[in-house]
Amino acid sequence: MSTDASTLGLAHNEAVEHPDTVAMQTFGFWLYLMSDLIIFATLFATFAVLGRNYAGGPTGKDLFHLPYTLGETLFLLFSSVTYGLVMLAVHDGRRKRVLVGLAVAFLLGVGFVSLEINEFHSMIAAGHGPDQSAFLSSFFTLVGTHGTHVTFGLIWMAVMMGQVAVKGLTSPVQSRLLRLGMFWHFLDIVWIGIFSIVYLMGVM
Amino acid sequence: MIQAPIDNTGASRGSLKSYLTGFVLSLILTAIPFSLVRNGTWSSPAILAGICSAGTVQILVHLYYFLHLDTSSAARWNVLAMIFTLLIMVLFVGGTIWIMSSLHYRMM
Amino acid sequence: MFGKLSLAAIPESPITLTAVAGALLLGLVILGLITYYKKWTYLYQEWLTSLDHKKIGIMYIILALVMLLRGFSDAILMRGQQAIAVGGSLGYLTPDHFNQIFSAHGSIMIVFMAMPFLVGLMNITVPQQIGARDVAFPFLNSLSLWLTAAGALLVMVSLGLGEFSKAGWSGYAPLTETRYSPGVGPDYWIWAFQIAGIGSTLSGINFLVTIFKRRAPGMTLMRMPLFVWTTVCTMVLVVWAFPVLTATLAMLTLDRYLGMHLFTNTLGGNLMMYVNLFWTWGHPEVYIVILPAFGIFSEVAATFSGKRLFGYRSMVYATAAITVLSFSVWLHHFFTMGAGPNVNLFFGIATMMIAIPTGVKTFNWLFTMYRGRIRFASPMYWTLGFIVTFAIGGAAGVMLSIPPADYVLHNSLFLIAHFHSVLIAGSLFGFLAGYYYWFPKAVGFSLREDWGKRAFWCWLIGFYLAFIPLYVLGFMGMPRRLAHYDNPAWHPYLLVASLGTAVIGLGIVFMGIQLLFSIKERRSLSDPTGDPWDGRTLEWLTSSPPAVYNFPTIPIVEEIDAFMDMKEKGVAYRLPEQYNDIVLPKNAPHGMILGGLTFLFGFAMVWYIWWLAILASLGLLVTVIARSIDDDIHYLIPAAEVERIETERYRQLASVAPRGPAEEQTIPEPVPEM
Repeated sequence: MSTDASTLGLAHNEAVEHPDTVAMQTFGFWLYLMSDLIIFATLFATFAVLGRNYAGGPTGKDLFHLPYTLGETLFLLFSSVTYGLVMLAVHDGRRKRVLVGLAVAFLLGVGFVSLEINEFHSMIAAGHGPDQSAFLSSFFTLVGTHGTHVTFGLIWMAVMMGQVAVKGLTSPVQSRLLRLGMFWHFLDIVWIGIFSIVYLMGVM
Repeated sequence: MIQAPIDNTGASRGSLKSYLTGFVLSLILTAIPFSLVRNGTWSSPAILAGICSAGTVQILVHLYYFLHLDTSSAARWNVLAMIFTLLIMVLFVGGTIWIMSSLHYRMM
Repeated sequence: MFGKLSLAAIPESPITLTAVAGALLLGLVILGLITYYKKWTYLYQEWLTSLDHKKIGIMYIILALVMLLRGFSDAILMRGQQAIAVGGSLGYLTPDHFNQIFSAHGSIMIVFMAMPFLVGLMNITVPQQIGARDVAFPFLNSLSLWLTAAGALLVMVSLGLGEFSKAGWSGYAPLTETRYSPGVGPDYWIWAFQIAGIGSTLSGINFLVTIFKRRAPGMTLMRMPLFVWTTVCTMVLVVWAFPVLTATLAMLTLDRYLGMHLFTNTLGGNLMMYVNLFWTWGHPEVYIVILPAFGIFSEVAATFSGKRLFGYRSMVYATAAITVLSFSVWLHHFFTMGAGPNVNLFFGIATMMIAIPTGVKTFNWLFTMYRGRIRFASPMYWTLGFIVTFAIGGAAGVMLSIPPADYVLHNSLFLIAHFHSVLIAGSLFGFLAGYYYWFPKAVGFSLREDWGKRAFWCWLIGFYLAFIPLYVLGFMGMPRRLAHYDNPAWHPYLLVASLGTAVIGLGIVFMGIQLLFSIKERRSLSDPTGDPWDGRTLEWLTSSPPAVYNFPTIPIVEEIDAFMDMKEKGVAYRLPEQYNDIVLPKNAPHGMILGGLTFLFGFAMVWYIWWLAILASLGLLVTVIARSIDDDIHYLIPAAEVERIETERYRQLASVAPRGPAEEQTIPEPVPEM
């Protein structure tokens, strides 16, 4: 197992409790993502059961605009890929590049969240809020939970930009960036499920 | 370099090529279901199958190219956890749909 | 300013007020004693901010035992009420009050007694059993403890401010929707469960990573102690089932707070979806509380029979089978709620199948004892009591798994008798066996056997008196959760049941006496070798209590029952030839701070004090960020200090005759290996 000290930036007096710390952290985080997947599965199941209960109100066909959804999808996908490039820069020890990449991924993520907030707002303003039918409740819950996760990811990303700027690419910082990347890609995967099942199938 | 790059945990990590490949595949696999629904020329069940297949494949693309889930020994436990999660999801979501539709049929 | 909170929130019932006054008084006495003996600094530095798994484990168990008392008080009130509220007599509890009591009783016993108890025992024992120094994520461990405590505090506060939920521990919609429960009760219940649930999920992740990644060299999966295996399986259940509860409670929260229609009975909501989702979590949850007990019984049966556990491999497979199966049976909790016969059939058969691996385990325990040299210490008493009583409860469960039978017995006292048989004689007896078994390891002295045995007999006899009548009452048609009834034929059985409760209460008193006397006599009860029971697994290699780092050098494992293997080969007690610096996590207050802020958040949400909720959330965010950017989170114990501690330990070992039946074991002189 190669330990490239210059890349890792290990300080000499940094006491590391266990040589496998990063492996443990990523495995632990992966297990957290699995638990998160079950949360989303529960929300998807709820949408599957309640998603046709329109209570005489609007359906997905009435409310969703696929070009808009495509736009959201692209923002998130581009952000995810940008983050992948950030991880390449991390492994190469290119601090400035990491910061720029994080900033781009962050802005694209903000773009996604803004589009989604706008979508929610216009639905609510038109009287189609989450309290109007089970379909709308389950829609707002599923998509809103995903958006909330993305928002927390953005907060985390901002904190990481600060850490990279102040501390540089130390071993703990790299480990955190790795986990944030896992989180970010995971959310993009969940979004695939959402645009397929909620939007595309909802419009058919 | 022929070997896939390894990070300090022994796990596979990406290269520019793998991220770009994943990106292009994702774009294609996004375009397919969107245009299927927009055009509406296929039958409903066919479009449904198209959406599901494209979505499933794109998820696998993300898992392989972005999350580096493969058959390497470092990724083995992650893959195992993922498969177990999928099993539980099928059980929970499938079971829920079966139960709720049975209730709906009998009670509504 | 204070949302819905006002002086009207203080309850009027004299019983409640007495309980609140009593609790406040007790709390003040404890705070006063700490102040008087000037122990605040000690408490803060050694316990509240500790990231040491052994201390966290002890704090979990203290929480569990306190909540056991609270949950048991609820039981006394209910049994007392049902003993007199027949025909013309209405008893001393209004139906409203009674409903809150049974809801609190179940909620507390499962989430705030059983869960902390089992996580506490795992905390103390598992890292030592696998030859590790701590869990994988010590800070997360502390956070989990404090989140659980925050949830428990919310339940306790509901006693004096407002009310608790009246919808049972399962909180079915639409009763828990705003329309039918506009008060704060369900909100207390939701936030208490939600907060504790997150703590549990984090513990699940923590222990899975610990066991998969931090085992000592040579400890392959098939050499792990059974308690470690049951911990793995329990935590698999936790990580994959608790998220369902998190999502379901969140959805109920959205219904209540934002007027959504997920589980309501209007505008398309589906109340059965709540029932379905709750039990999707709820069934794995009851296996979460029983599997650790099975693990404890495996350890105890082997140790106190002086034999290796019979059928190790089949025990592992049986536990794994139970784990997987328990994800697929949840509908049996609502056979009668309208699903078709094919659905009921599938889930009924799956439920019956779980009895098979459980039977395998039972026979293996018996075969472990067969031809063993059995020592009747406390842990063994609880084990024997469990085997008989749990079998009865399990058989009742198999009866209930037959849908047509369940149509008659669902929600009758037969059900209550069944699940109390498996929960008390299964889980609680197991946790108490673990408490007696590992107490000397955790604390440094044993508990007095005489009071312990008296306590056991009270629990066993009391249990039978309290619950066998309930099986009969179930057949006689008495439903559960009745604050009052008119059928005089039921009355005598309920009187016997309340007698049983009193006997159990005596058992609890004896346990309290045992604890107090044992603390007073701790010097004469001390465990100088660290191995008071002639143990088989690695936790008995450490001192009692262990050094903060557990092992000076990580042991090398060659066999199942690694410690017994070392003793038999004569290599158990050897000073290391070389000492290394040991790195351990520093103490941190953030776990406690996050727990406190989460409690405030939950309280604010219950009472609609929005500014407080927002402030608490911001506080949470800031604290999490502050902790996460801190890189200076370890401290070092120099090798010389480790050597000093170990040499001192071996000096004491050499000067003490071995305790217990292991007379043939001698502790060698502390001569370092050449």
